[in-house]
Amino acid sequence: MTLPLLEVEGVSVRFGALTALTHVSLEIARGEIVAIIGPNGAGKTTLLNVISGFYHPYEGRILFDGRDRTNLRPPDVAELGVARTFQNVALFKGMSVLDNIMTGRLLKMRGSFLLDALWWGPAQRQELAHREAVERIIDFLEIQAIRKTRAGTLPYGLQKRVELARALAAEPQLLLLDEPMAGMNVEEKEDMCRFILDVNSEFGTTIALIEHDMGVVMDISHRVAVLDYGRKIADGTPDEVRKNQAVLDAYLGVSSEGASAAPSETSPRIAPAKPALERPGA
Amino acid sequence: MSVFQQVLIGPLKDIGSNPAFFGEVVIGGILAGMLYSLVALGFVLIFKASGVFNFAQGVMVLFAALTLVGLIERGAGVWVALAATALVMIVLAFAIERAVLRPLVNQPQIILFMATIGLNFFLEGFGEMLWGANVKKLDVGIPDRSFMAAGMQINQLELSAGGIAAILVVVLAIFFQKTRIGRALRAVADDHEAALSIGIPLKTIWVVVWSVAGLVAIVAGIMWGAKSGVQFSLSLIALKALPVLILGGFESVPGAIVGGLIIGVGEKIGEVYWGPLVGGAIENWFAYVLALAFLLIRPQGLFGEKIIERV
Repeated sequence: MTLPLLEVEGVSVRFGALTALTHVSLEIARGEIVAIIGPNGAGKTTLLNVISGFYHPYEGRILFDGRDRTNLRPPDVAELGVARTFQNVALFKGMSVLDNIMTGRLLKMRGSFLLDALWWGPAQRQELAHREAVERIIDFLEIQAIRKTRAGTLPYGLQKRVELARALAAEPQLLLLDEPMAGMNVEEKEDMCRFILDVNSEFGTTIALIEHDMGVVMDISHRVAVLDYGRKIADGTPDEVRKNQAVLDAYLGVSSEGASAAPSETSPRIAPAKPALERPGA
Repeated sequence: MSVFQQVLIGPLKDIGSNPAFFGEVVIGGILAGMLYSLVALGFVLIFKASGVFNFAQGVMVLFAALTLVGLIERGAGVWVALAATALVMIVLAFAIERAVLRPLVNQPQIILFMATIGLNFFLEGFGEMLWGANVKKLDVGIPDRSFMAAGMQINQLELSAGGIAAILVVVLAIFFQKTRIGRALRAVADDHEAALSIGIPLKTIWVVVWSVAGLVAIVAGIMWGAKSGVQFSLSLIALKALPVLILGGFESVPGAIVGGLIIGVGEKIGEVYWGPLVGGAIENWFAYVLALAFLLIRPQGLFGEKIIERV
């Protein structure tokens, strides 16, 4: 059996008295698209932050490619080949789209301070080589028209796409997407789905994403992990998860005695509307 | 003669009647402005990358100059002393990152600002403890003489200083705009989290900017020191950099340069042509009045990020 690319083993995260994650385990195999879903406040983003090194668990381990890397810091995690996007787009707003995507290649660039400062010889050649790679990504994500635009001035949907481009520029093994389709209209969502699927099939990139749109989740993911109150309550193929009683309870906010009220015709979309996601007190 | 004539017509007549002298004044202003720009650049670099308003920038200039002079006085050659001073400034950058910035990471800006005020007094005392408090002469081997060109008297030392400052400014601008590290610096300035996620280590970047700011401080220190001696008042030129920053915008390298030039030229012209109307000595406060006017019209500065608030 091949080694999973990422193993999260019994990870718990606390912020003071608040426990955000409790003994969460998750394995992600190479080439998989895994969706992490759950109601608001379930700990999805926390899990992503632990994987990318922004938070460190107080217990449990994280293995990447079989090696323990629980306490690495974000830049070191990035160096291992993990790229991510953020829930609230974190672009370099003052820079052009092109420059934003170029920053994604920083880790691939080497050079001396002095040569860089003089923009001379190898430094220049390297810069041009990386420009080519970036142009390929720009073509791939169909953002040629906005290359020179300042990232901060773009509409939200495009900003999300540029953020994806920056993450892709690092040629990651594992791509973490935090709500890549939040706030998008239907066409933008369809585009984004296509890009995610293409990245996965063309580059073999392993993808873990958080998403609220259940239609999207069920369509594009190979596997779905469900979090609720910081615990993993289900993990399986979209079909398995769709039928899982615990998941239905978590989303519809009902206890087991009311669960029978969850009719089967809602199954294509476990969470049909936003209100179901806004759990009181979560 | 009416007040209107005195204020608007008279000085312009003077300018027209002796263009060579006006040229001299402008050149003098540009050269002084270059030096303001250099100090302002140190501020901008650190502010961009770490969001810290480094109150100690002026003292860093003093400290660099003191160290250089101290080493030369103790018999080191000029180049050896220069290299050693550069090393000292880089070590200082590491020390500041370790002792001041790292423990205070994620604190509000005002806390970091207070820390740099502390740093300011520490460096001042430390420098004087090491090298003594008396005024020192710094001789960099460029004669403080003037020559004539196109009917204008030009000071050789000031001209070299201006030239070196210009080169430094161009190199830094290219470095910031075009290179890998420059892009990383801008990335950090823009969004810490995102910068971390693409593999930019904040600590390294901080050490780099404080080192660069230290090196800029050396250059500024040498130039001011050669002109007016190395003494405590050197740290006060940092205050002149403030109006430059307000004019140019706190986050803009070109802004620091243009702002410095405007202030330098503006205060010289103001002093020479308008000064006599109010009894002279307007050079000392002209920059601040200009900055104040700018704050009213364009609070983000000439090149600063436009302040847009969404409601």
